[in-house]
Amino acid sequence: MKKLLTGNEAIARGAYEAGVRFASAYPGTPSTEILENIALYKEDILAEWATNEKVAVEAVIGASYAGARAIAAMKHVGLNVAADPLFTNSYTGVNGGLVIVSGDEPGMHSSQNEQDNRNYARFAKIPMFEPSDSQEAKDMVKEAFEISEKYDSPVLFRITTRLCHSKGIVQCEDRKEVEIKEYVKDVKKYMPVPAHSTIMRVKVEERLNKLEEFSNNTPLNYIELNYTGSNDKKIGVVASGCSYKFAKEVFGNNASYLKLGFTNPLPKALMKEFASKVDKIYVIEENDPIIENELKMLGIECFGKNTFPYKGEMTPDVIRKSVYGENETTIDYDESKVVSRPPTLCAGCPHRGFFYEIGKRKNTVISGDIGCYSLGFAEPYNAMDWSVCMGASISMGHGAQQVFNMKKGNETRVVSVLGDSTFFHTGINSLLDVVYNKGNSINVILDNRITGMTGHQENPGTGYTLQGLETETVDIEALVKACGIKNVRVVNPNDLKEMKDTIDWAYALKEASVIITRWPCVLKKFSKEDKEEFQGAFQNNFKVDEDKCIGCKKCIKTGCPAISFDKTVKKANIDKGPCVGCGICAQVCPVNAIAKEAK
Amino acid sequence: MIKNIMLVGVGGQGTILASKLLTTGLMEAGYDVKMSEIHGMSQRGGAVSSQVRYGENVQSPVIEIGGADILVSFEKMEAMRWLKYLKPEGKVVVNDYEMDSMPILSGKVDYPSGIIEDLKVKVKTTVVDAAKQAKELGNPKVMNVILLGTLIKAMGLENINWNKIIKDNVKPKFVELNLKAIEVGMSLA
Repeated sequence: MKKLLTGNEAIARGAYEAGVRFASAYPGTPSTEILENIALYKEDILAEWATNEKVAVEAVIGASYAGARAIAAMKHVGLNVAADPLFTNSYTGVNGGLVIVSGDEPGMHSSQNEQDNRNYARFAKIPMFEPSDSQEAKDMVKEAFEISEKYDSPVLFRITTRLCHSKGIVQCEDRKEVEIKEYVKDVKKYMPVPAHSTIMRVKVEERLNKLEEFSNNTPLNYIELNYTGSNDKKIGVVASGCSYKFAKEVFGNNASYLKLGFTNPLPKALMKEFASKVDKIYVIEENDPIIENELKMLGIECFGKNTFPYKGEMTPDVIRKSVYGENETTIDYDESKVVSRPPTLCAGCPHRGFFYEIGKRKNTVISGDIGCYSLGFAEPYNAMDWSVCMGASISMGHGAQQVFNMKKGNETRVVSVLGDSTFFHTGINSLLDVVYNKGNSINVILDNRITGMTGHQENPGTGYTLQGLETETVDIEALVKACGIKNVRVVNPNDLKEMKDTIDWAYALKEASVIITRWPCVLKKFSKEDKEEFQGAFQNNFKVDEDKCIGCKKCIKTGCPAISFDKTVKKANIDKGPCVGCGICAQVCPVNAIAKEAK
Repeated sequence: MIKNIMLVGVGGQGTILASKLLTTGLMEAGYDVKMSEIHGMSQRGGAVSSQVRYGENVQSPVIEIGGADILVSFEKMEAMRWLKYLKPEGKVVVNDYEMDSMPILSGKVDYPSGIIEDLKVKVKTTVVDAAKQAKELGNPKVMNVILLGTLIKAMGLENINWNKIIKDNVKPKFVELNLKAIEVGMSLA
């Protein structure tokens, strides 16, 4: 059966067909939909949201040891979190096949950096696959499980945003049931104490040698020769992943190709053979010059990062410009007319009330985190100083507060801000650190009852699992108290007075505090518990009384995309469509010109 | 011969559903199809684009600068943002519909004037008032399928069984509405 699938959907399908029994992930663009789609195979695969990527990889390692085929998925930076288990799992190997998917982001469409996770495969000495479209993605997942079991190694499955979010036609097949293997206790294999690890270390190197032989001979890596009469100079392109498809688009049959699908270890013999058949080699790869360096170490001359950009995607226009110096002809027009369209907090976003209030504070440094609330840095709030990675707000905030405190007469307060899911991810450890080390930062958990930015995934605070089962709802307030925080308040962020009073309370304390703002994301599909707790939420509209409006723009400064300012009549206006009646604007209006009405 | 279609707009306007219907139709008609869309934070009011390529054997899912045969813009200003992707001899289908971005909402800058006039000077342009048409059909959300209809006609794809595609992919209670919308869209090309 043929289906039109994104790369992410194809990987999910591949996992299903490969007989996978257990899957775990933490959501992150561009990889989120892999687990969401695996979760649909409820009868065959147990799919779970893990609290973070390290936990996800550890869970699948356990599943593999216990005998099942298992898969984990994460965005590129997630593999940094999961690197610890990965590197030693490389030593112990697997029982059931184990595949770890890394969604890299050349071009940084939705990420904080552009790291090239192909380096992890080399670093951890494990086999790596790089599919170039949806069909390959599905087929290679199945192959990856075979390789994992045959060579006793976890496999890195490296994909990029363009593959994840592009659709292609995929020929689907039936699931192959793979029995859960017997678990046999074997401490020499599974207990990496030094005495065992030194033996494993040798095996890892031997495994790499065997894998290189595989790499030279597998049909996943192949030479495609195109000699046309008009070509006196034989151009050869070496590429993997989406770069191969992009290169084919530009060169077509005017070049020969070394197409690499299995890329760690690289097929050195095949690379030499290809080099002997062409005159000029272009290496087209996104981010780091990994294939290029390997060619150069083999003494093969090639054009790589001296010709193509060191960053971003190698899309056809980038390749064309690099090789031929110009793009296809375009329409000449005045682009300066176009106004930017930056992402904004939605109308009704529960983060708005908090950022509106905290943005007004003096002597305040705001330590941010990864989520929709990262937008708090932007106008009109200007209410975030920094962020680095998931969960870092609280620990960075702690370190910064400790140093500010060293200065005489310090008045600077650090406010660390993160979301509910990010708190569960790696914020809990950070909060323990604050308590243990007698810190006095103010820590704010923006609890919008869901994992927001990646598109509404359940988490330990929502009461539901990925596959829709009711489960324990972790009580954040109790958890924070259990960490040793004495000063905790839970507030409704849409009540600006309550928000302001609570911030005042925290600033007046000499010890660490936690403020939990509890209100659901405006885009969340309410659970029955939400409906009960947040009755009447998002049911209203607010309207500007034009006679009363004095055109002061105070409401505009809340940054709500439902409010606009009409410069001709100097009045604010609220668009009924997006307005859900959070009432923030009405609370900031100095002349009570904004009033509630039924939606 | 590979054909290249770009659907652009603002997060939440339904470009994704429109491109899903389009690509499904193209696949069922026997074409090789690739589609690319970048999403992430764009659901929060950012600019979005879906790129659809079809023909005998499609390699890249991405359309090059200067490579699109048609640019369908669900919002007026977005047509200008993505115009460099259009071939000089390509067509524009533009929705005569404005969505103010934050710098415009806050009164810092004005919504650019004369976009449609500029487009008409530069390129073969079809203007669709999809908002008005959608309102007449009784649901403002159906703008996307109206524009899909116009696109289908403009690309000569009306022989594909779109009724079946809509019935297979749209919730039953919206099928009738979407069938009407696609027809209205086609009549406007």
